[in-house]
Order: sequence, then C-alpha cells, then structure tokens
Amino acid sequence: MTGELGQLALCFALALSLVMAASGLLGTRPASLAARRIASGSAMGLLVFVALAFGVLTYAFVTSDFSIIDVANNSHTLKPLIYKISGVWANHEGSMLLWVLVLSIYAALVAGLQRGGERLTSGALGVQGLLAAAFLLFIIFTSNPFLRLDPAPFEGAGLNPLLQDPGLAMHPPMLYAGYVGLSASFAYAAAALLVGEDGWTRAARPFMLVAWIALTCGIALGSWWAYYELGWGGFWFWDPVENASLMPWLIATALLHSALATEKSGAFRTWTLLLAIAGFSMSLIGTFLVRSGVLSSVHAFASDPTRGFFIMVLIALAIGGALALFAWRAPTLQGGAAFEIQSRESMLLLNNVFLVAACACVFVGTLYPLVLDAINGTKISVGPPYFALTFAPIFFALLLLVPLGPQLNWKRGDLKAAWRSLYPALGLAGIAALTVLALVSPRSVSATGAFAVAGWLIGASILDIRKRKGARASAFAAALAHAGLGISLMGVAGTTLWRSEALSVLAPGQTMTVGPYTLRFDGVTREKGPNYIADRGHIALMDGDKVSTTLLPEHRFYPAEGQDMNDTAIRTTGWRDLYLALGDDRGGGRFTLRAYVSPLAPLIWLGGLVMALGGFLSLWGRLRVKEAEPKPAAPAAALAAE
Amino acid sequence: MKAVIALLLMMAATADITPTLAAPTSSDAASAGVTAVADSFSNPATEARARNLQRQLRCLVCQGESIDESGSPFAADVRHLVREQIVDGKSDQQIENFLAARYGDFILMKPPLQPNTWLLWLAPFLVLVAGGSVGWFTVKKASRRST
Repeated sequence: MTGELGQLALCFALALSLVMAASGLLGTRPASLAARRIASGSAMGLLVFVALAFGVLTYAFVTSDFSIIDVANNSHTLKPLIYKISGVWANHEGSMLLWVLVLSIYAALVAGLQRGGERLTSGALGVQGLLAAAFLLFIIFTSNPFLRLDPAPFEGAGLNPLLQDPGLAMHPPMLYAGYVGLSASFAYAAAALLVGEDGWTRAARPFMLVAWIALTCGIALGSWWAYYELGWGGFWFWDPVENASLMPWLIATALLHSALATEKSGAFRTWTLLLAIAGFSMSLIGTFLVRSGVLSSVHAFASDPTRGFFIMVLIALAIGGALALFAWRAPTLQGGAAFEIQSRESMLLLNNVFLVAACACVFVGTLYPLVLDAINGTKISVGPPYFALTFAPIFFALLLLVPLGPQLNWKRGDLKAAWRSLYPALGLAGIAALTVLALVSPRSVSATGAFAVAGWLIGASILDIRKRKGARASAFAAALAHAGLGISLMGVAGTTLWRSEALSVLAPGQTMTVGPYTLRFDGVTREKGPNYIADRGHIALMDGDKVSTTLLPEHRFYPAEGQDMNDTAIRTTGWRDLYLALGDDRGGGRFTLRAYVSPLAPLIWLGGLVMALGGFLSLWGRLRVKEAEPKPAAPAAALAAE
Repeated sequence: MKAVIALLLMMAATADITPTLAAPTSSDAASAGVTAVADSFSNPATEARARNLQRQLRCLVCQGESIDESGSPFAADVRHLVREQIVDGKSDQQIENFLAARYGDFILMKPPLQPNTWLLWLAPFLVLVAGGSVGWFTVKKASRRST
C-alpha cells in the first residue's frame, strides 16, 4: 500500500511542477498577479508531495519492505538503522528522488523568501518548475523507486559495505544541496534574462552561498571518506566521480566572485549570467557522469542507454535552452561598467579566468577519454600526472593572486600601495619557506613553494582581518575563506610530499617502524559486528618499552553482500596522522600491515571547514541586512562587508 | 615582471608534485608487499624509481588503482616486468613505451602527447589564453570608459 502512496505522490508532484512552470513563466508578465500567486502556491505543494514520496520510500527502507524492488536490491534487515536510512539515497532511484526533494526545497525557499522583484521570483519559479518536471518524468519513467517485486524475497541484497559509513551517509545530501543549489542561481539568471531585471545577483546571492558552502563541505567530506575508508592514505584520486563534484565547485567559486562585482559595481553583467548557467550545467553533467553508467564503460552505457539518453536530452534542453535565451536576451542588457585597470574588478576578472581554466582542465581530463573511446574505441587514461601538469600550475597561479584582490579598491585601486601593504604577508611567506628549507630534508622546491604560498595567503588574511577590526562578522568572510585555502594547501603539500609508508608481514610480537613510530603487532581477534565479521588487529604504539596506546584497524567481511573492506585506524595529533590498515591473512597468525605517517593531513579538511565558515559568515551577514538595504546600489558599509 | 617570473617558477615547481609522491621510508617496506614482489632493490634510489614508475601505471583489471597500489595478480606481474626492465638498464621512457606497446596507452596514467591527445593537453592552456585575452580587452574597454 505504501509504495502506491509514494507513486501517487510523485504523480501529484509532477502535475504541480507543470502548473508551477506554466504559471511561473506566465507570471513574468507585469499584470499576471494571479499566475504569480499560483506559482508560489504550487511550489509549496510540490515540496509537500515530493517530501511525502521521499518519506514513503524512507519508511519502506526502515521497515525493510522487500516487496519494493529498490528496497530489496539495496537493503538488508541486519543493517543498522542509520544505514537503512542512508540506503534510501545510496542507490540510483532513491538518489534521484533526493535530488528532486532538494530541488523542491530550494523552490519553496524561492517562493517563501520572495527575494528580488515579483516578476523575477515568478520567472525563477517557472524555471525551477520546468526542472522539477523534467526530473520527475525521469524518475517516474526510467528510475521509479516504487516498483513492486512479486513474490517479495525474505531478505534484501544489502548495501555495498563501502557505503555503510557515517561519512558517506551524509555525503550525498550535502553534495546535492550544493549541486541543486546552483539550480536556484540558474533559475534566477534565466528569469533575469526573461524579465530583463537587474539586481538578480542580490536576490540569488544567499542561494549561491548556500550552494557553495554545501559543495565545499560535500567535497571535503567525500575526500575525508576516501582517506579513511579506501585504505591507501590518499585524499584525492582525480577519479571522474570526484571530478564531477569539483567542476561545479570551481564554477560556483567563480560565480560568487563575479556576482559580487556585478552587484557592487555593475561590472561583468552578462558574464555573471553565463556563469550561473554554466554552474548548474556542470551539476547536470556531473549527474549524467555519475548516474548514466557511462563512467564504468562507454559500452555498458550503450547496452542500457535509456537513463543515459534521458539525462542527455534533459541536459541538452536545459543548457541549450538557457544558452539560447542568453544569446537572445543578453545583448539587450545594458552593460559596460567603468573601472580602471588597477581595481578590484580587474582582480576578480583574473580570478574568473583562472578558475574557468582550472575547470576546463578537470572537464577535459574527465570527458576526453570517454569521447575518444566513443569516437573510435581508442582507450587512454587520464590520471593524476595529467592534473599535476595542468590543473596544479593554473590553480597555483590563482593562489598567488588571491591576496591582491581584497587590497584593491573598487573602480580605482592602487596596485603599488596594495603590494606594499602586503609586505608583512610576504614576510610570513619568506619565514614559511625558510622554515621548510631549514627543517625538512631532503629539500624540495615543491614543498618550499607550497608553504611560501600558504604563508602568503594566511598572512594576507590576517592583515585583512586586522584592517577590518571592529567591523561586522560578515566583513571577515573573504579573509577566512582565503585563509582556508592556505591551510588546505599546507595539508595537501605535507601529505603528498612528506608522507612515509611502511608495509610488513608481521607475526604476533613482531615490531615495525614507520616515520617516528614503533608499532608492535599483538595479534588479531575475530569480532562480530551487526552485519559483518571482522579480523581486528591489535597494534600497540610503543613509547620505549611501554605501550602508549593500542590501535585497532579491522578487516571486515560482509556476508550479506559477499564483500570485504578495510576499516582503518587513524591516530592524529592534529599535526600528523598515523594511519594503519590491516591487510591479508598470511597464515600462521601472520598479517600484512600497512602503515602511513601523513604530516599535516588534518589541515586539508580543517582548511575546507574554515572556507565553509567564511561562506557562513557571508550568508549570515546577507540575511541579517536584508531589510536594511532595499536599494540595489549598496551603501559603503555593505561594500566593506565583502 | 617579477610576478611573471615567480609564476613560471611556481609552475615548474608544481610540475614535480606527483613524481615525488611519498618516497618509501625503508627498502624492506616493499619487499614484504601484499603480492609477491620478491625482487625489491636494496639501493633506495633504484627502489624509489621503481615505485615511482609503478605509480604512473594504471592497473587494467581494477580501473581506479595504480599498479603500485593494486593487489591484483595482473599488477604483481607488471611490477615484476618493471623491475626486470630496470635491471636490464632500460630508461623510464623505454619501460613506459614497452608497456604501452604491450597493453595499450590505457596503462599510462599520464597520456602520451600525440595527435589524438593534443587537444587534451592544450585545451586548459587555450582556455587560459583565450580567457586572458578576452579579459584584457574587457578591462581595457572599462578603463577607457572610466577616464
């Protein structure tokens, strides 16, 4: 019965989304007050019905209703409750439903907050209605989570153990909040093109910020998961699925900066619109890459192309439609802000050039092998070395320029004075470089350069914060976000350049050393988890002859899924991670043990957190001053706030 | 100008990030490897070279992992091949060419620069140059309006 309720809710949601699309678009006409009301109302209704469908599916997972195919294929009665719930979105059908749920939450927010003009909001709702309708059609016809199975099996097939992890339970909702958050900016941009209204960036800014914060956290969470779960001590693999989340982040970052210039000084009007379209396009392409199965193999995709083609058509319509609208309406926007070569605007433009080029690297690196394979079956791999030679130098150059931007005034800045005011940051960069040169051997250009730039970024942020002493909290947003970049950079450099590793086959009582640590293997016990059996290694971390602590890496076997996986043990001092993974049983009580010492590894994620915090400050400031400044031309106080 | 030089230096510096990834701390580390790589080199420099090469190769059976990380029998075979070739005095380039000829370009993590990958390697920098030029004209125009 519940399954049919979900099915019905989806159908109602589809109908409402169509109403919302039509009335929202009609509401862009000045006199259509009724249409605007209907659009807002149907946005709320859409949320209710999508939430109902999502709730029904969650209920089916929690109660292990195996008469629903999706539940039977992806759940198991023995799974802990949290993974029954996260199982809802750990599969294709459920994750698409989550996508639409997030979309309708954003639509309800657009309708509820009514930021910007009435016609602008209405147009945005219309575009969101179109998107919701397209995705609901996709769900109902190719990825229906409520299909029944007769007869129902007694037990489900379980969930990939890799996904049974608190980090990965939270990862998809976070990432989707970011992906789909960009749809709000997209909708506002399209509406601005339709209505010809300026000031859309101001209306859409909180949505851009939320999307960016969520993407930042989502990517950090995913990378942290890869670090502790995959058992290789790496944090970023340039895997296409990771790249799919990095591309929207790069464009969203560019959008945040460009929209700021548009809002404050009217510069880059058309470019900001284009970025808003590009940002959501990247989200769609990411969804296509992850959901169509094209990544595992071009041929696997070709053998069951329904879903892939549906998303491809959807992408073509969304991107093509938006670009056509852009080509048609953008020339009518009055452009042409005036600013000098030495100005904040120029620096923001430079920021955008580098971010877009960085995104181009990831885009080409991810899609080129697929296209080549599809064209003539040539197989190449684009691995980390490619990105080290293309993405890394471009991003590094961007980081060098970051501190200059906030030091320059809008319209007319003084580069020399900005440079001079950054001398203390330059000093900190020098100190960081010399410290690395003095303390770490062997000497390496990469490490020295990376720490110099980190010092440069953090030093500039400290200067910026000192300069704004006493200002509102939101004034420190940019400084924090930029400092976060520096912190992450140190973590990345430390982990990739100074990691030490050791691999030994140990019998109980034997010791091994890795970096400064001595480890004693005290044997393995067999443990029973809720839905797995584990070999738990007991590894004593020695302090001279005494045991200072015991680490317990596990090798788990999940019988329901027939898969095994590592549960690593990580001991962190905050500055350095000791990372242990238990390997194969070599017989006679002997086991392989892999150990890594990753200096500064926690800084990677700390930096991400600091960046997200910067985003939060900015968002908080935005929502607080909403009523105070109704005029599109912001007073000086708001200028300082950025 | 200073900035340009610094930028170029940094570009050169970052280019070597991957090759210097995580040098092994002790030469016995790899000898006890998950799979039977019995022939670990006692010379740390040679061992580091072998490990580095192994990281530049993709395991064909497990997709995402490198030959260095993978526990598959295929990866063990390739590790063995790499080490044989090093003993034979082959250069890194010769070893990569040998493996690419045997297993196809797919095995190389770093795609070779050849006609069908020109676009791959150049595209990011083309975007950078194109974006830079458009940006420069935009700024010039805006500054003309400003005065």
